[in-house]
Amino acid sequence: MWLCTSEKDQAVRGILKLAYKLLVNDKAKFTALLVGITFAVFLMMFITSMFIGVLSHASATVINIGAPMWVMDPSVQAITSSIGMPDYVLDAVRSLDGVEYAVPLYSGGALVKLPDGTYQAATVVGLDDTSLFGRPMLIEGKIEDIYAENGFIVVADAEYQKLESPHVGSVFELNDHRGVIVGVAKVTVSGLFGTPTLYTTYYRAVQYIPNPRYTISYVLVQPKSPADVQKIKQQVAALGYLAVTKDEFIKKNASYYVFQTGGGTNILIMTLISFIVGLSISGQTFYTFILENLERFGALKAIGTKSSELVGMILFQASFTALTGYGLGVGLCTLLVYLAKLRLASYAAMITYPSLLLSFVMVVIIAGISSYVGIRRVLQIEPFDIFRG
Amino acid sequence: MPKVAIKADGLGKWFGEGEAKTMALRDVNLETNFGEMVYIVGPSGSGKTTLLSVLSGILKPDSGRVCVEGIDIWNLNADQLADFRLNRVGFVFQDYHLFPRLNTAENVAIPLILRKKNWNESMKQAAQYLDIVGLKGRADLPPVKLSGGEQQRVAIARAMVGQPDILIMDEPTASLDGDTGQSILKFVHENILNSNRCIVVVTHDSRIYEFASRILKMEDGRLTGTESRAA
Ligand SMILES: Nc1ncnc2c1ncn2[C@@H]1O[C@H](COP(=O)(O)OP(=O)(O)OP(=O)(O)O)[C@@H](O)[C@H]1O
Ligand SMILES: [Mg+2]
Repeated sequence: MWLCTSEKDQAVRGILKLAYKLLVNDKAKFTALLVGITFAVFLMMFITSMFIGVLSHASATVINIGAPMWVMDPSVQAITSSIGMPDYVLDAVRSLDGVEYAVPLYSGGALVKLPDGTYQAATVVGLDDTSLFGRPMLIEGKIEDIYAENGFIVVADAEYQKLESPHVGSVFELNDHRGVIVGVAKVTVSGLFGTPTLYTTYYRAVQYIPNPRYTISYVLVQPKSPADVQKIKQQVAALGYLAVTKDEFIKKNASYYVFQTGGGTNILIMTLISFIVGLSISGQTFYTFILENLERFGALKAIGTKSSELVGMILFQASFTALTGYGLGVGLCTLLVYLAKLRLASYAAMITYPSLLLSFVMVVIIAGISSYVGIRRVLQIEPFDIFRG
Repeated sequence: MPKVAIKADGLGKWFGEGEAKTMALRDVNLETNFGEMVYIVGPSGSGKTTLLSVLSGILKPDSGRVCVEGIDIWNLNADQLADFRLNRVGFVFQDYHLFPRLNTAENVAIPLILRKKNWNESMKQAAQYLDIVGLKGRADLPPVKLSGGEQQRVAIARAMVGQPDILIMDEPTASLDGDTGQSILKFVHENILNSNRCIVVVTHDSRIYEFASRILKMEDGRLTGTESRAA
């Protein structure tokens, strides 16, 4: 049977099996414990996954365009809130030391009128007319057709069907201008804000969409070498503008949503609440479990169980419950996100290692605190009091 | 010449301080032998349970010594003392202290499992002891499904399963009716007592005196007399 395991293993197994039975056979309490931890893990997982999902979508344009460096007005807080820059900035950046090439990017919103007469807001990205730098991958049509009269490329992301899933040749109106779909593109990350995306040329975008005086949203920069990045940043700063790398821009977007929109604070508070709720439900239930079994632990002590063995039993009970609850919570969250994504393709939640880890750490803390309290109580029992009845 | 099992010298134990100070044991000296079933009797509050606890390594005395086969048990450290209780002493608590979430066999097997014996073997041995105490076929029932007398038998089986050489019973018949109590003590006397074993019983119940080898009388923390019986 257990031929290859040492005697000590078996012994530990026996005592833990005892601990397991004492715990699991108390079905009501065990269920309450599991529900508490599962609920807490689910909440923590769900909230953090939601948030991480939101963050990754917030930088969709940055990721999809893929330019290594972005020049912008220093007061830009996030990609969506671009501030127009005058044309001379583009020329100035082009002539900077270390710049391979630099192109303008337009990013703005427009109202699209669909053939059935309904309106739909859309994000319009205008690519540099000469280079088409940041062009998307087409799954239908040819990229050169973007130069055709009224040519637009539609992104087949989660919001695609909001434009009635157009194909090459579909027509629409954009701010009273005629538009024709000349290509369908796919992107790596779809946007957060629930609006479909259209690509066109910079020139056409500026023409079709009414703008304030300055029209360049961003200047995309290709440095000659990675070593030039720092140099470019300094020179751009001297111009009174800001140059950041792609990763820095993604972080900037994320920290904007974390720190400026209240989203981060809310997430923090909600995570904390789910932690506290989980801790109090599970901690309280576990403590009640220990209290109700105090006599049993006392009897075990009287019969000759060592303190270290009692500690082992309680730790085992706490961690068994915690891990089971963790598994259930993660499972529940995954299931829910999966179901939500089935119904809503753009559903932003993303289960990532950081949230798995975060909830795991919280569960370990919950189990740790609960067992600490339980262990203290059990070690205080005087077997004599059990003996006296 | 009988072999001495427990030897206690000058045991003292008090609870509380000042006004509330209770002398539970005052200079208690006693010797029990293997092969003996010793009773301790006396009025409520006279210190019987305290004495049993001190003798069995559960409660540390404030003065005096307890030697079990020459080992001064109150000089052992906590883990050694736990091992002493586990390996040498069987306990039958006054209100059984069975585990309601475990079945009868698992309850009985606890000392074996704590002694690190293989689970399945422990269960087998527990079932044998359930047979011995007359509870054949009850192994899978939870204790609540058993009558008081049957639960007491389970407690005895648990105390005996590891074959300890000292058996400690505190008021074993207190929650049983007279006949049941008597039959259980008779059973213990006939089947559990042997020349390698010493049984110490605390009781109020004069109906079971007939099984005693010796009866020690206790009053106000002192042993006040001994009544020997032809057992
Ligand atoms: N933990 C304690 N704290 C304070 N006093 C105690 C404690 N344990 C026992 N005593 C006191 O010590 C004395 C002896 O108690 P003990 O339980 O040994 O009596 P007993 O002879 O077993 O009584 P009974 O027949 O009612 O079980 C009593 O006066 C009791 O109140
Ligand atoms: Mg008593």
